[in-house]
Amino acid sequence: MRITADLERCVGAGQCVLTEPAVFDQNDDDGTVIVRRATADDDETIRRVREAVHLCPSQALTLTEPGPPR
Amino acid sequence: MTASPVLPLKRSCPYAPPAEHLRLQQQEPVARVTLPDGSTAWALSRLEDIRTMLTDPRFSSDRQRDGYPLQPPGRPRAADERPVLIGLDPPEHGEARRAVVGEFTIKRMNAMRPRIQEIVDDCLDAVLAGPRPTDLVPTLALPVPSLVICELLGVPYTDHDFFQSRSANLLHRSTPAQERFAAAQEIREYMATLIAEKAKTPGDDLLSRQLGKGADHRDLAGLGFLLLLAGHETTGNMISLGTMTLLERPEALAALKRDPAVTPQIVEELLRYFTIAEYVTSRIAVEDVEIGGVLIRAGEGVITLANAANRDPAAFTDGDTFDIDRGARHHIAFGFGAHQCLGQNLARVELQIVFDTLFARIPDLRLAVPADELSFKDDSTVYGLHSLPVTW
Repeated sequence: MRITADLERCVGAGQCVLTEPAVFDQNDDDGTVIVRRATADDDETIRRVREAVHLCPSQALTLTEPGPPR
Repeated sequence: MTASPVLPLKRSCPYAPPAEHLRLQQQEPVARVTLPDGSTAWALSRLEDIRTMLTDPRFSSDRQRDGYPLQPPGRPRAADERPVLIGLDPPEHGEARRAVVGEFTIKRMNAMRPRIQEIVDDCLDAVLAGPRPTDLVPTLALPVPSLVICELLGVPYTDHDFFQSRSANLLHRSTPAQERFAAAQEIREYMATLIAEKAKTPGDDLLSRQLGKGADHRDLAGLGFLLLLAGHETTGNMISLGTMTLLERPEALAALKRDPAVTPQIVEELLRYFTIAEYVTSRIAVEDVEIGGVLIRAGEGVITLANAANRDPAAFTDGDTFDIDRGARHHIAFGFGAHQCLGQNLARVELQIVFDTLFARIPDLRLAVPADELSFKDDSTVYGLHSLPVTW
């Protein structure tokens, strides 16, 4: 699964970092999200990223199925 | 015309939202309500409807718009008063929030843990050296967040009697308009003077760092005012309500004493269970929008019954039960959308450290009066306890 963040929407609430610090971090200057890993493969990580997507107050995160191989 | 409920309403019991809010959630999740000034607004009580509304740009946070709901009555506006953070819409809001949110990242909050621990320990040293029984509100619940926000902002704590009294005045619903205006004006003037001093002699604090980044002095005074006000009563009330709740629930307290790893989830459940800033996330529609099958027209106010929403059966199974194992992080006690509480992670850290330390250092703490004699802040914008007499 692919993890993407919309930095224009992000308000730096940090809920993703609280939920899954292995995947998310925050920019020290403006608090916006840093996606440390672009994909989530194991079920536990996918579950936590899904939770982070749900908790994100600005709805800046998405978790999507990867597209077909090119 | 059918009679619509008049908000704000008092809680039915200290641990529950007003019964009318729960009735609305079941029967009329998007309800027409009447406000104290005789105007009407919409009240939302379902979690999903509130999340939808708070993330829809067609609802504005600009409190200066005519018809914005639940503004203090007869509120005179200072000539130099400008909207600050909570009253801004995009794109101004995004810019203003980004300028300061770096001060509140998870990393920064965790870095503050040792200092917050010292503050809590100092307060508890004084409690333990003092008389029994003691009131935990002025000895622990209020000073901890007050000391922390003062240090973070760079505001001298020696002036705390001044802000605490003015903050309480501003939050009390029945404070006369003139008195409210005077309290706000006094804090604003205090901030302006402080910022002028920091411009000459910067310190290692948030206000000085904002000045270093070129912040406008008037805007910064407004921001300092907001953060000081928001940092005082909210966390303080959660400390007193949380302590009371844990003292009344031996199983939850035993779980906390047994394993500090459960403290964060206890804190989330306390936040959900009390939702102390219930009406704060109101908005005004700037276009016609349909929410929950009801058309809300441009210019109409919307009030969120966040306390009821945090018991919404669609989001929380058996929501009236205090359950530390439920995993309550999707509550909206800190709001939702772009304005979600800037200080939420600071509040979490403070609450975790206070509860862990309080019950470790005073394991036989108990209420000094029967729980039903406690006095609650039923007439304040932020719910809480007036006092919490305890002994050990």
